[in-house]
Amino acid sequence: MTEKKFDYYIQGEKDKWEVIIGLEVHAQVLSKSKLFSSSPTKFGAEPNTQVSLVDSAFPGMLPVINQFCIEQSVKTGLGLKAKINLNSVFDRKNYFYADLPQGYQISQYKNPVVGEGEIILDMPYGTKKIGIERLHLEQDAGKSIHDMDPDNTFVDLNRSGVALMEIVSKPDLRSPDEVNTYIKKLRSIMRYLETCDGNMQEGSLRADVNVSVRKVGEKRFGTRCEIKNINSIKFMQMAIECEAKRQVELLENNKQIDQETRLYDTKKNTTRSMRSKEDAHDYRYFPDPDLLPLNLKQSLVDKLKKELPELPDEKKERFIKEHNLSAYEANILVAEKEISDYYEEAIKECDKKLATNWIIGDLFAVLNKKNLSISQSPVSAKNLSALIKMITAGKISGKIAKDVFEKMQDDNKDPQQIVDKENLIQQSDPKELEKIISEVLSKNQDKVTQYKSGKTKLFGYFIGEVMKVSKGKANPQLVNEILKIKLK
Amino acid sequence: MVNISDFSLAKLVSGIKRKDFTSEEVTKSFISNSEKSKKLNVYITECFEEATKSAKNFDKKKDYKGLLAGIPIAVKDLFCTKNIKTTAGSKILHNFVPTYESTVTNNLWSEGAFLLGKLNCDEFAMGSSNETSFFGNVINPFKDKLVPGGSSGGSASALAANLSPVTIGTDTGGSIRQPASFTGTVGLKPTYGRCSRWGIVAFASSLDQAGPMTKNVEDSALLLQAMSGYDPKDSTSVDIKVENYSSKLTDRVKGLRIGIPKEYRVDNMPSEIDKLWKKGVDYLKDAGAIIKNISLPHTKYALPAYYIVAPAEASSNLARYDGVKYGHRSKGNNLLEMYENTRSDGFGNEVKRRILIGTYVLSSGYYDAYYLKAQKVRQLIKNDFDKVFNDVDAILTPSTPSAAFKIGEKKDDPVSMYLNDIFTVPVNLAGLPAISVPVGYDKNNLPLGLQLIGKPFDEQTILNLSLAIEKSANFKRKINVWWN
Repeated sequence: MTEKKFDYYIQGEKDKWEVIIGLEVHAQVLSKSKLFSSSPTKFGAEPNTQVSLVDSAFPGMLPVINQFCIEQSVKTGLGLKAKINLNSVFDRKNYFYADLPQGYQISQYKNPVVGEGEIILDMPYGTKKIGIERLHLEQDAGKSIHDMDPDNTFVDLNRSGVALMEIVSKPDLRSPDEVNTYIKKLRSIMRYLETCDGNMQEGSLRADVNVSVRKVGEKRFGTRCEIKNINSIKFMQMAIECEAKRQVELLENNKQIDQETRLYDTKKNTTRSMRSKEDAHDYRYFPDPDLLPLNLKQSLVDKLKKELPELPDEKKERFIKEHNLSAYEANILVAEKEISDYYEEAIKECDKKLATNWIIGDLFAVLNKKNLSISQSPVSAKNLSALIKMITAGKISGKIAKDVFEKMQDDNKDPQQIVDKENLIQQSDPKELEKIISEVLSKNQDKVTQYKSGKTKLFGYFIGEVMKVSKGKANPQLVNEILKIKLK
Repeated sequence: MVNISDFSLAKLVSGIKRKDFTSEEVTKSFISNSEKSKKLNVYITECFEEATKSAKNFDKKKDYKGLLAGIPIAVKDLFCTKNIKTTAGSKILHNFVPTYESTVTNNLWSEGAFLLGKLNCDEFAMGSSNETSFFGNVINPFKDKLVPGGSSGGSASALAANLSPVTIGTDTGGSIRQPASFTGTVGLKPTYGRCSRWGIVAFASSLDQAGPMTKNVEDSALLLQAMSGYDPKDSTSVDIKVENYSSKLTDRVKGLRIGIPKEYRVDNMPSEIDKLWKKGVDYLKDAGAIIKNISLPHTKYALPAYYIVAPAEASSNLARYDGVKYGHRSKGNNLLEMYENTRSDGFGNEVKRRILIGTYVLSSGYYDAYYLKAQKVRQLIKNDFDKVFNDVDAILTPSTPSAAFKIGEKKDDPVSMYLNDIFTVPVNLAGLPAISVPVGYDKNNLPLGLQLIGKPFDEQTILNLSLAIEKSANFKRKINVWWN
């Protein structure tokens, strides 16, 4: 791959502008029960069937910290190579809303459980380090449903109290592409750690985007706007671009940017003001007196660190070293834990190079076409490995292998069975091959003469004919050798 | 004629266990008193039928087990009781029926007691006279038109008038000890974390603590033992073994060091309070305790700090009463209007005042100057106590700066009302245990109490000292039943 140069700038009428982006990602903690109650967290349950007296804020109910959620957040922090704060505090963020039963959200304000960390992005122009400002735990709110009844709003509290990790990046991102890579990398790390399933459709991963612009070369940050609650990476990228352009236009016309919260309209591809800084809520944060400060033992952090699985960056390094992969190949294979698992399962018994090519090439093509994830792959790693083994053992030709692979996709069929059943084993018996070759040559005496008189290009034709007769099963290498001798 | 309802808790339990009388007889005797005492307005919800049924069932049992075997108990209406309306003295919860039982009341029932009724109190426990209750004033049985104190005013009056053998209250800034002092009864606020707060309607989470209200010290020890204990459902409850307070109870206090804090001698304190205090000192001295003069220099900041911290927490704790999920709801054309109407209509003036104060002190720009400063003061007050407890085993102070006052007297002067808690509030800020024990009368023949403050989780020492004072003072509740 050739190294490209970073080139995402907004070209205004007068100047070239750099876009500064910071993300606040809300990631739902993968846990069986909620952050402060024992209610289940399963997605898609009937409304208000996963709600305890604590989640619905009945009088006298008290929160109790779910230790597992704390450990999940620490693991995520460790995965982000971040500082773990042994002492952190849960605060109340006060505001009224129908789907916020307590009238406050329990969150972490001044003392989050995780401090500064980083994420490494592989961009076409090299690697880039994105700083993590902090990670804190908080409760999710319930859901208001406005479209079920003309006069009433319904509230579903199943989500109320579910644990979220808010992961705040530093304003280190500079383009929609970097945002895309950042979110995917963050998601991948959390999926490796099994701390968040990263499912954007189910709302397990949501993000608010902070955007500002500055002239290229300028050191100071401009005034930023926050774009709230965008639920796909694609829309996020579009929102950033149109917001950046809006800001550039304002600035170039000597107008001011108001620090405000904006909403992205996906249909019109514009952002509009949701509330200005003056209208911003005063959340009256203060330490939740129902909860003691969270004090973690270093020994727990050490234990979790020891138990940490291999993460994408380390795995990539190892793949390059152990399996002699290119950085490009390694990147693809570690992007998702399931892909790397598949790869490692496949190469247990077969050629690594071939496996890499088959996975990145043929398998991914199939998955893309059928819109499947690797865990839904119609061909298991074991069967792909068996197929590759047959190739390297000379049992089938590469060409036949493609056909067999096609057939394997039907219900993960065993390649051996397909090959046996359809009698596709490569013909490598020299006597048999000699017979076929002699037959082909005797049928094509004229071409043999031409060949011998110097038209050596015809060699390919003979091979093709042999393959045709053998229905593609002839061992091409042997055919090659025998033909050369016969045509001398 | 001996009336069962005059008996102490300890006597009732042993009498029932010995079958001198039945639980039903005991229960009926208190119900009968209660029926005749509607004028005192102590009950918000009477559970007399259910209580009689429970008593009958109890009497049928083969063995009478538990510290509170067969005892009917009325409780402050701040404790959530399963299937029994729980109002917190507020209109906003006037129709609220919990599906759950608070840990503390549950502990009582596990020891053989059962519910007699829910007692009136200041709205959300915010008040020192029981005048803020949505369900009307409670009358102090000592005299008509006299407040019983607050916020556990219904509990104190019920106890003093023999309408319940014992009761429980909650104490955020003095809400057990002040009404105990006003009614000549014994009120104990345990160490923060000794009793579970689970299922108690919250006022100020970092200060609230449930405690026993009894006619004498022996009963206080017994009831404290029954209601205390660690509760994993309350993260602020503390996992420390509950003492057998009753069996360890003794009036032998020889050698105990008692601190007398000079800062509690406030300006304009009635001389009779000062005299009472000196009396207490003499009682303890006579019993062999060592009296030491001490200083708690930050005492004067306690009340202002309290009236920042408590409203701050309350403003947030009471946000859940929004008309959406349960309780009172007023109509509105949209969500905001519904909120505004519900809360304007559902909360009384004192509650609104504290929500406003609390909201203000937490607001951005004011947080550091008020809330944060108050928390720092709170720490200094706690440090004061920590320091003196190196030299003394307990601290003796008056419970209140005056005896009970007339209904309406301080209603329009919140600051003078708040000043009533001047001796009790520092204890809550420091999370310490303290007890008010009746010692004498003022010139109007109204009861006065003294307060003993103990080290964290050392309820035993203040109970023992109270017993010694109780014996020496030989206080008698002089109540002629004028309200029948």
